[in-house]
Amino acid sequence: MRYKGKVHKLGDHIDTDAIIPAKYLVTYDPAELGRKCMAGLAEDWVDRVRPGDIIVAGRNFGCGSSREHAPVAILGAGMRVVVAHSFARIFYRNAFNRGLMLIELGDAVDRIADGEEIAIDTEAGLLTLCSSGRTIAFPKLPGFIDRLVQGGGLIAYVKNRLAHSGA
Amino acid sequence: MRMTLAQKILQRHTAEEIREDGQIVNCKVSLVLANDVTAPMAISSMLDMGAERVFDRDRIALVMDHFTPQKDIASAMQVKFVREFARKHQITHYYEGGNCGVEHALLPELGLVGPGDVVVGADSHTCTYGGLGAFATGLGSTDVAAAMALGETWFKVPPSIKVTFNGSLPEWVTGKDLVLWLIGEIGVDGALYKALEFHGPVVENLSVESRMSIANMAIEAGGKCGLFAADRKTLDYAVAAGRKGDREIAADPGAAYEREISFDVSALTPLVACPHLPENVCPVTEVKDVSIQQAVIGSCTNGRISDLREAAAVLKGRRVDPQVRCIVLPATPNIWKQALAEGLIDIFMDSGCIVGPATCGPCLGGHMGILADGERAIATTNRNFRGRMGSLESEVYLSNPAVAAASAVAGHIIHPAEI
Repeated sequence: MRYKGKVHKLGDHIDTDAIIPAKYLVTYDPAELGRKCMAGLAEDWVDRVRPGDIIVAGRNFGCGSSREHAPVAILGAGMRVVVAHSFARIFYRNAFNRGLMLIELGDAVDRIADGEEIAIDTEAGLLTLCSSGRTIAFPKLPGFIDRLVQGGGLIAYVKNRLAHSGA
Repeated sequence: MRMTLAQKILQRHTAEEIREDGQIVNCKVSLVLANDVTAPMAISSMLDMGAERVFDRDRIALVMDHFTPQKDIASAMQVKFVREFARKHQITHYYEGGNCGVEHALLPELGLVGPGDVVVGADSHTCTYGGLGAFATGLGSTDVAAAMALGETWFKVPPSIKVTFNGSLPEWVTGKDLVLWLIGEIGVDGALYKALEFHGPVVENLSVESRMSIANMAIEAGGKCGLFAADRKTLDYAVAAGRKGDREIAADPGAAYEREISFDVSALTPLVACPHLPENVCPVTEVKDVSIQQAVIGSCTNGRISDLREAAAVLKGRRVDPQVRCIVLPATPNIWKQALAEGLIDIFMDSGCIVGPATCGPCLGGHMGILADGERAIATTNRNFRGRMGSLESEVYLSNPAVAAASAVAGHIIHPAEI
C-alpha cells in the first residue's frame, strides 16, 4: 500500500480517551466518531485534518481503553495510516482489524516534522520525507498480520472461515 | 520446556506446541466478554462477518455496566440493541438492571472466570482475572466478535516480566499501592506486549481481591496480562463462587523471563498517581496543598468489599468536607448488600457520602460524578488521563481507598494517618 499526506505531529502516550473521549462512545458510526477525533486533545482538533493526512506520534500511541472506536474515529476523520514510535497492543490489533495501517518507526519518528509531507510505501518498507527526498526504512508487517490485512481484515477472515465450515 | 504462567495457560488452550515467546498461536477461549460501550460494535462486526450464531451461548458475558443505569437516549439505544441480540441468541449471561455490576468485579463473583481460563473481553481491564490465575486480556470489539463467533482467537505468546514483592506490607499500604509503585517504576509502556507475573511472600499473603486490584492495572503499564499463580486461596475463592474442578497452577521453576524486578515493600508508604498519567507516582505525603472537589471510591480496581471496608474504617465517625462530593459505588449488587449488612453503608451515609449504584460511571467520565473545568478528584479508579473524568481542564489523582476517604474528609489529598 502507498500513502502520501501532511503530517500532524503528536507526543508520547496519546491515550484512547484523547483519541475519542468516552462521552462520544454512544455510537459506532465512523463519520460521527470521525467528527470528534482527538477531541480529548482539543475539541476542534479534527478541523485541521484533510482527508489523507497522517498522524505521526511518539511512544505507546493508543494506550488505555480497548475501545475500537479509536481507530474508527481516525478512519472516520479521513486518515488511513498512523506512524508512531510504538503502539499500545490493543490499539495495534484493533487498527489492523479495521484496516487502519500502522507504521512503527522507533526513534526515527523524531526526524519527521509537523506539517511536512511524507510518502509511505508499505511493501518497500520505506517512508520518504517529500521536501528533502530522505527516506526512513521500517520493518515490514509480521507475516500473520500481513495476510490478515491482505485478506481484507478480520471481518473478511471470519466470513471466509464460516463460509468454509458451513457454520 | 519450563514455562512461564502465560505460556502454560496458553498451552492448555492451543493444539500447537508453544516453543518460544513471540510465536503466534490460536487458542480456544473459556469466556468472551463485552459491555454496553463495546458490545454494540462487536455485534455489528459479527453481523458483517455473516455469523448467524455464537459459538456457545453459555460462554459469552454481556455486562451493561458503563453508561448504566442508562444515562441518556443514545446509551439507552445501545443497551437496547445489545439486549435484543442477547434475547435472540439466548445469551445466558446477560446483565442489566438489578443483577448487574461492574464487569470485572461481577464475573469473578459469579464464578464465570477462574484459574487456568483464557478470557478475552472487549474491555481493557479484562486483565483483572489474572488475579485468579487466568490468562485474561482486553481486545477490541471486532476481535471479540470473532471470538464470539468462533470460540477462539490468536495470541502472540508474550515474553514475561517476573515481579517479586518481598518483605511485609506496612499499615495503609495495599495491592493498589504495589501496582502504582510498579507502574511508576517501569512506566506506562514498561510492559508493552508483555505479561507481568507476580511472585513473592507479599503476593502469597495478599487476598484474592487485592491480587485482582493489581492484575487490573497491568494494562496501565501496557501489559497484555498480569498473572498470579492460583494457590489454595484462589481455589477457596473459586469454590465460594460456585466453581468446581479448578486446580492450582503456577509457573515452572526455572522458566525464562525477559526481565526480573524485585522490591522490598516494607518501607513503602501509600502512593498516588498524579495527573495526567498513571506513571506519575509519588508518596501521598509529598502531595502538599492539593485541594479536591470530588472523591470516587469504586470501580473494577477498588470497588470490592475489602476496599469499602478500608474506606469505611477511615470515614467512621468523621464527616466529608463540605466542599467535597464523596461518591461511593459498590461494584456489584452482592457487594452492596454485604456493605449494607456490615453497616458500611450507614457509615458512608452518616459521613456525608453519596452512595450510588454499581456502575463504571465516573471512572471514564460517563456519568454519576463528572468534573467541571478546574475541578480535581481523587479516585480509587485506574486512569488519570487528561479529561478522563470530565472536563479537559480537570485533574484526577489515583489512590487506594483509605487515602481517597481520608482526602474526602480533609478536603485535600492526605495520608490517612494524618487526619
